Amino acid sequence: MIKYLIEKEFKQTLRNSFLPRIMILFPLMLMLVFPWAANLEIKDVSLSIIDQAKSPLSERLTQQISSSAYFIAHSSNSYEEAMKEVEKGTTDAILILPSTFERDLQREDKGASVQIVANAVNGTKGAMSSMYLSQIVSDFNRNNGTALSPISVVKRFNATMDYKIFMIPALMVMVLTMLCGFLPALNIVSEKEKGTIEQINVSPISKFTFILAKLIPYWLLGFGLLTFCFGLVYAVYGLAPIGSFLTIYACATLYVLTISGVGLIVSNYSSTMQQSMFVMYFFVFLFMLMSGLFTPIKSMPFWAQCITYLNPLRFMMEIMRAVYLKGSVLSDLLPQIGMLSLFAIVLNSWAVFSYRKTL
Amino acid sequence: MKQFLAFVHKEFYHIFRDRRTVMILLGMPIVQIILFGFAITTEVSNARLAVLDESKDVTTQRIISQLDASNYFDLTRNLKSYDEVEPLLKKGDIDLVLLIGPHFEHELKHSGKVDLQLMVDGCDVNNATLLTNYAQQIINSTLRSDNLSAGTITPQIKLLYNPAMKSAYNFVPGVMGIILMLICAMMTSISIVREKETGTMEVLLVSPIHPIAIILAKAIPYLVLSAMNVISIVLLSVFVLQVPVAGSLWLLGSLSVLFIIVALALGLFVSTCVNTQIAAMLISGMMMMIPTVLLSGVIYPIESMPVALQYFSNIIPAKWFIMAMRKVMIEGVGLSCILKEVGVLCFMGVVLITASLKKFSIRL
Repeated sequence: MIKYLIEKEFKQTLRNSFLPRIMILFPLMLMLVFPWAANLEIKDVSLSIIDQAKSPLSERLTQQISSSAYFIAHSSNSYEEAMKEVEKGTTDAILILPSTFERDLQREDKGASVQIVANAVNGTKGAMSSMYLSQIVSDFNRNNGTALSPISVVKRFNATMDYKIFMIPALMVMVLTMLCGFLPALNIVSEKEKGTIEQINVSPISKFTFILAKLIPYWLLGFGLLTFCFGLVYAVYGLAPIGSFLTIYACATLYVLTISGVGLIVSNYSSTMQQSMFVMYFFVFLFMLMSGLFTPIKSMPFWAQCITYLNPLRFMMEIMRAVYLKGSVLSDLLPQIGMLSLFAIVLNSWAVFSYRKTL
Repeated sequence: MKQFLAFVHKEFYHIFRDRRTVMILLGMPIVQIILFGFAITTEVSNARLAVLDESKDVTTQRIISQLDASNYFDLTRNLKSYDEVEPLLKKGDIDLVLLIGPHFEHELKHSGKVDLQLMVDGCDVNNATLLTNYAQQIINSTLRSDNLSAGTITPQIKLLYNPAMKSAYNFVPGVMGIILMLICAMMTSISIVREKETGTMEVLLVSPIHPIAIILAKAIPYLVLSAMNVISIVLLSVFVLQVPVAGSLWLLGSLSVLFIIVALALGLFVSTCVNTQIAAMLISGMMMMIPTVLLSGVIYPIESMPVALQYFSNIIPAKWFIMAMRKVMIEGVGLSCILKEVGVLCFMGVVLITASLKKFSIRL
């Protein structure tokens, strides 16, 4: 019986001219476009330099700043002029070298000071760009032979410091979420809306068989696309997990169960597609924001960190990142796996419990 | 006119009949503003620091206590040997390790060498960079106050508009853009396509009312809902997040209405292109929402994206709205500074409306 139902689902999905295309397009977009955009590193900050000193030394400092990759520098005549540019949005930061710059620097008892003014509407960007600037200034000190030697910094697990490599494993989780959570829910609700579910309900098919037949095609597609992502990422970025694929697949199975449970619950409680879709978007958006995908969970306040424990996405993303970047094995991931199993059990029992064969 | 009002009435019934959707429509901005305002931040605080101090002299003690005293770091562990470092980092129990060599003070006094090493979990690159930068700054300023040398340049930093570096200043205009996009574009396109899919569009089209009026009647309820959302977002951000509205409220309001119209036009355009609800929601959800969140500069700065993406981001209406909103709301500039953004939005609106009118067929 279930074999025919699955066959029906596959036929319905693949006959649709639109769905298969978006199923391929979505992971492609996530894997190829998203990582390039998701970068907090600040580059090409537009800087206007007001050099009131006009001395050889200030010239050298200006040149050093212009040659760095972080800044695109141009000179301005006055603070007012530079501020106008800030208001218009053509300048992000201003560096002022006072006219007493060179003289102060040569006096024994005191050093010179430069002023950095940064537009901090985007707080992180303002802080980062002023930090880069002061770093260049202190490097400049060093070359003048007046400062201490630099502190050495070692970055573990992602030596190239490439943010893309951090994002990609977590983005794969989003592919699974869409395929195994979103689409089955929409599919079931669309049967409800069209009324075809009535026909299934009066047939001798049990509710387990019906739900399983709905889910299995998406599970298969989900794993297929996950594998496709592995290959794609290796081909494009040369990124392969340090840990084993077996660990990933095992955890992914658990996650797929969990997230399709969420989809089922939503579909059980909605009667129109618009409704189910809206509820899904709402939760997926919340899950995404609270998962540590964009911003670290550690930076959240305590109450928000507590909320993230109710978020299955969080645990799967941690697992993916750990296996991909640190090569963690199952025993390292026990807390996350435990939480996911708990979610899978609770959510799926809820889904089965709330499913009604009558309309 | 009476006919038209009856149609608007009908659309309101459609929306308000579905309690859950209405609750989400009105509740979503509130939840998002609170999350973005309080929970979503890239700032670093209370990172867990471990120290391996092999010198244990006065200077190293000062450095460690300075780090611990700052908001950024919490000293959670004193290590005894280097072997402890690796497993701690791997399990993710520690964010930053400070390694101090055995003859720190001696080296510093005699050769000016700073025998320090910072080791960080580099998985999250942004976080790692911030952590090491903060740590370096704290260490450097501690050391500098010890041996103040003549001839150094000290930068004085002033942060404009948002001196406390609250991320809410950046997020509030962004959330507005995302929510308006979601409600206007997605909801309009779906509600029109639904009439097509269930066949009721046919009934509407043969009625004596003009097809354009049908579409307008669909758009008006969403316009009202979005206006309510804009008001609730502004109220929340002023009274809960303490983000002041620096510019004029009139400008803010008219800018929002302009963007709402563009977003409605976009929804209309999508609805003329597809025939099923699932297609409409996947296109507006996956293909419009994600680029809006990503490429509009809400979370990630546009400047640091590859050039191709920067060009691509120009076709996203939300980007222009958010840029203009940020200027009006936070920087408090006047209309003259946002002419370009307003112009682009008007242009997009005109193009979308013309295109959808052209494509809109009164026969199915």
